[in-house]
Amino acid sequence: MHYVFEPGFFASGPVHVALAVGTVVAITSAVVGVFTVTRGQSFAGHSLADIATTGGSGAFLVGVNQFWGYLAFGAGAAAFMEMIGIQRRRGRDVATGVVLGAALGLAALFLYLGTQYSTTTGASFTILFGSIFVLTPSTVPALIASALLALATVAALARVLLLTSLSPDIAAARGVPVRAVGAAFLMALAVSVALSAMIIGAVLSTALLIGPAATALRLAKSPVRAAITAAVLGVLAIWIGIVLAYDSFYWPPAGRGWPVSFFVVTLIVGGYLITYLRRDRQSAPQENVDAEQACSPA
Amino acid sequence: MTTNDLLTLDHVSVRLGGREILQDVSFGIQAGQFTGLIGPNGAGKTTLLKVILGLQPVTSGAVLLDGSPRSPRDASIGYVPQKLGIEPDMPLRVKDVVSLGLDGHKFGLRLPSRARRELVSDMLTAVGAQRYADARIGELSGGEQQRVMIAHALISRPKLLLLDEPLANLDISSEQGIVSVLGRLARAERVAVLLSAHDMNPLMPVMDRIVYVAAGRVAVGDTDEVVQPEVLSRLYGQHVDVIRVHGRILVVAAPEGVDEAEAAAEDAGVIR
Repeated sequence: MHYVFEPGFFASGPVHVALAVGTVVAITSAVVGVFTVTRGQSFAGHSLADIATTGGSGAFLVGVNQFWGYLAFGAGAAAFMEMIGIQRRRGRDVATGVVLGAALGLAALFLYLGTQYSTTTGASFTILFGSIFVLTPSTVPALIASALLALATVAALARVLLLTSLSPDIAAARGVPVRAVGAAFLMALAVSVALSAMIIGAVLSTALLIGPAATALRLAKSPVRAAITAAVLGVLAIWIGIVLAYDSFYWPPAGRGWPVSFFVVTLIVGGYLITYLRRDRQSAPQENVDAEQACSPA
Repeated sequence: MTTNDLLTLDHVSVRLGGREILQDVSFGIQAGQFTGLIGPNGAGKTTLLKVILGLQPVTSGAVLLDGSPRSPRDASIGYVPQKLGIEPDMPLRVKDVVSLGLDGHKFGLRLPSRARRELVSDMLTAVGAQRYADARIGELSGGEQQRVMIAHALISRPKLLLLDEPLANLDISSEQGIVSVLGRLARAERVAVLLSAHDMNPLMPVMDRIVYVAAGRVAVGDTDEVVQPEVLSRLYGQHVDVIRVHGRILVVAAPEGVDEAEAAAEDAGVIR
């Protein structure tokens, strides 16, 4: 036991907070992630993460907790994406080339200014790569409430999101307000990205969102099972990551723990690779022979 | 057009970007009737189906369902879209897809229920898709997906079932399978079926009526009335020949040089 859990692990206050918040965030990210991958919106998730970086660094510069920066910029970006139509290819091109570049440029400026005016040298690192051991206790209730809100939104929209993924036309014909549902989901996605950014950093936040979900979608067939599998994988990655990061205080260079996000992301990628290396159980469906061509003029 | 029509299109026109997609289209469909919506690609078949579904606003005219203007969103129409384009990792089993046909448009979560499972299972048996109930939808062939989507559309017991080119890209045996399932269900469940296709021949055994679409206009009636060189030439605005061979019907454009005016001058009296 001693070799896995180094002394003081279970007594440490920051570890308790990290485990509690990490669990809630991992579950939220995983469940939102399953719908994100199913809807083909991983790119939107990545864009939100880039823009959250700007928000987080801006918030740090003006002395506000970075979570509010992630959240405000993420929500604003989600609304903007809905407007330009991030689902369309042209929308993606515009977003990648113009908006994301500008956002990261601003983030660079904010982080530079932040380090000039502040003595907290670790701030850039915290924003870019996460800070699960240094969560401000006062933000914890807000983090948990946001997570529950995002989860509740996705639960309320679950069936409608699945029907829309199956066929937007069927959904629209059955009276689903497809666009409003898409906008609500993007908001839940923005919240989830902000939460994930708190744990493993703005730059890496998509890993916690997409990784467990993509792995689960290779393993589980039904939506409920996929969500549960993703949640379990996400939580395991966070827990094992926290334990290893705590242990790493005793690894070289001694006295400086390795970043949690490194462990979490490595575990997530490792999990995906294991399912990837497993050969597909079923071969790809065979294409049908084209039917006899039309016998009409035109 | 009678007053007991389930669906009525009354002088419907659709103009998109200055182009007339549908011109003054009128026809009715009665309960339990199997209607083929036949015409070449680009003739306006999909637009016509979207008008009926309320997905495409009309420029003029009206769509009536059970004699009253259709509400913008009506669940009494089942719809099978042209193609799904689903990724193989979509986390939906065949039975999940059919179950979404019951309540996929509703918000909130639902608990599993035995009654629902049985309903889904019966529906899958009815379309001959029970075998792959537990497979992922994205892993099925085109013909298998069509069967599942028909079950998805029918499980909410609609009065009208619209299918957009369900036979496109199917091999001949899947094609026959789908047609016989639809013919059987239309009669057994008293569902009116409106199915679009560019080839009418596979539908001959089950089709009660034909709505022939060309150049945004329609000719409606029995196959024998509508599929005549005079009627179709007038519809296409150019001379076409109708060839009947071994019980199959071929509609072919006449070679260059055949007098178009001659064709247009003939009056068949069944247009519109």
